[in-house]
Amino acid sequence: MVIRRILLGVLTLFLLSLLVFAATQVLPGDAAQAVLGRTATPAALHALRLRLHLERPALVQYWLWISSLLRGHPGMSLATQGPVWELVSSRLVNSAVLLALVSACAIPLSLLAGVVAAVRRDRAFDNVTSLAALAVAAVPEFVIAIALILLLASAVFHLLPPVSLVPPGTSVWSKPSILVLPVLTLTLAVFPYIFRMIRASMIEALGSEYVEMALLKGMPLRRRVLAHALPNALPPAVQAVGLTLAYLAGGVVVVEYVFGYPGIGQGLVSAVNARDLPTIQLTVLLFAGFYVMVNIVTDVISLLLTPRLRTR
Amino acid sequence: MSVTWQALRASTWFRAARTTRGWVGLVLVGVVTVIALAGPLLAPFSPTMLVGAPFGAPGGGHLLGLEYVGRDTLARVLDGGIRILPLAAIATAGGVGLGAFLGISAGYRGGAYDEIVMRTLDVLLAVPQIILALLLVSLAGASPLLVGTAVVLIHAPQVARVARAATLRAAQEDFVRYSQALSDPPLRIMLNDVLPSVAGPLLVESALRLTYSIGIIASLNFLGLGTRPPFPDWGAMINENRIGIDQNPWPVVVPVALVAVLTIGASLFADALARVTAGLELGSEGVVVKQEADGRDA
Repeated sequence: MVIRRILLGVLTLFLLSLLVFAATQVLPGDAAQAVLGRTATPAALHALRLRLHLERPALVQYWLWISSLLRGHPGMSLATQGPVWELVSSRLVNSAVLLALVSACAIPLSLLAGVVAAVRRDRAFDNVTSLAALAVAAVPEFVIAIALILLLASAVFHLLPPVSLVPPGTSVWSKPSILVLPVLTLTLAVFPYIFRMIRASMIEALGSEYVEMALLKGMPLRRRVLAHALPNALPPAVQAVGLTLAYLAGGVVVVEYVFGYPGIGQGLVSAVNARDLPTIQLTVLLFAGFYVMVNIVTDVISLLLTPRLRTR
Repeated sequence: MSVTWQALRASTWFRAARTTRGWVGLVLVGVVTVIALAGPLLAPFSPTMLVGAPFGAPGGGHLLGLEYVGRDTLARVLDGGIRILPLAAIATAGGVGLGAFLGISAGYRGGAYDEIVMRTLDVLLAVPQIILALLLVSLAGASPLLVGTAVVLIHAPQVARVARAATLRAAQEDFVRYSQALSDPPLRIMLNDVLPSVAGPLLVESALRLTYSIGIIASLNFLGLGTRPPFPDWGAMINENRIGIDQNPWPVVVPVALVAVLTIGASLFADALARVTAGLELGSEGVVVKQEADGRDA
C-alpha cells in the first residue's frame, strides 16, 4: 500500500517533469527567442541555443536536463549567471520557515475552533466562526494580505512593516516583525479548510452511538469529547491538514510576492518575469515534489490512525 | 424528459435564492456585476487619460482621487471589472465543460481509457494552481487568453473527479441499463441518460468553480500576468497603487472591496445551492464539506 503510493508518486513526478520541460523549452516555438526578446542579436541567440541544447532533438534535450538534475546539477541561472541551486536554496529555507510558523499557528487554532464549534453547534460561536470561515475561504489570498496591510500597516494602524524585505544574505529572523503579516495572512487563508473538516467530522462522531452510550453511562462532557469523539474525528482532519500544507505551497507564491518576502514563491515570480528557464524548471519540480511527498505522508498517517484500514 | 429537468433545475436555483445566504449572495454578486458591465459606459473620464499628479487626493471632480500615474481612480475602477468577470464566466464554462466531458466518458467507459485520463489529470493536480498558471505564461508572456487557458486547466481535473463519481452512481440506474439493453450508442446514453443525472452535482460544482475563477484571475492580474497596461483591471490596480496607500488609499481600497464582495457573494450563493441540492438528494447536513473532500480524494 505505502510502496504503491510511493511508486505512483515517482511516476507522477516523472510525467510532471515531462510536462514542465515541454511547457518551458519545447512547445512555444523558439525558447531562445522568447528568453532574449525580439531585439536579440543572432550571435546571442546562437550562444543561448547552444547552452540550452536547443539544436538537438527534444528527447535528447530532456535527457541532458533530467540526468544532470538528478546528479544534483540543475544548471546555471540565465538571470544571474550563477548556479540555480545557490539562488533557490536560501529561498527554500526562508519559505520553510514561513511554512513551519504557519503550520504551528494555523493547525492547533483551527482544530480547537472546529472542536468547540462542533460541541456548541448552532450557538453564537459556531455561527460566527462558520460564516467568517466561508467569507475568508472565498476571497483570494492577496485580498486578505492587502486588507491586513491597510488595517495594521498603513491606513488605519501603523503597527507592523508593510513589506518583509531583508538585505541579501541576512536571515529572516534578524527582524521577526517582518514575519507577522505573512504568517497571519496564510494562517487566515488555511483556517477555513481545517476548521470545516474537523467541525463536520466531530459533529458526525458526537452523534454516533458510542458517544450516546458514553452519555448514558454519565460520562462528563470533556471526557466524551476528548476520549471518544476526537480520536474518531482525527483521520479526516489529518487529510485536511495534508491538503492544507499542499495548498500552502501554492499560497506562498502570491503572499510572498505581496510582502516581498524572500522565499521560493517570490523567486518563481521573479524567474518568470526574467524568463529564467532553469530556475523556473527546478522551482516548479520542487513544488510538485513537496506536494507529492505531503500526500504520501498524509496517507501513511491516516493509515496509522485508522486501525480498521491497516488490516485490509 | 428535458422539460422536467429544466423545471427541476429552475426550482433548485429558485430554492437556493430563497435562503438567506442565497439571496444575500445573489445581491452582492449582482451589484458588482452591474458595476463591472455598466461601468465602462458610466466612466466620467477616459481610464487611460492623465488628469493630474500621481496619487492626488479626492476632489475637483475626481471622487476617488488619482492613481499612481495620475489617472482618475473612479474611471479605472468602472472600466476594470469588464476584464475579470466575462473571462471568469467563460473560463469556468470551459473548465466545467472539459471536466464534465472527461469525467463522464471516463466513468462510463471505464477500463484503460479511465485509468489514462484520470492519471493524466492527477499529474495536473500535483502542481499548485497558481504555479500551473505561472508555468503557462512563463515563456509565452502575459495575456488574457493564456490566463483563461490556465483557469480551464486548473478546473478540469477537479470537475472531472466529481463528474466521474456521479457517473459511476448513475451507471447503476435502471434507465441507463434499459438504454443499454436497447443497444443505444454509448454517446447517446451519456448525453441523454447520464448527463441529466450528473447535472445536479455539476451545477453546484460550477458555482463553486466560478468563485475560484474570479479569485485566480484577480490573483494573476495582481501578479501582472493578465491585462496589458495601460488598461485597468481590479487585480492589477491593487498592485500598481499599493505604494501610494498613505497618500491616496482609494485606488487600492475600492478594487479590494469589489473583489472581496464579488467572491464572498459568489461563495455564499454556491453554499446555498450546495445546501439545497444536498437537502434534495441526501437530506443531511455537513454535505458541503463532504463534497469538497470527495472532489479531492475520490
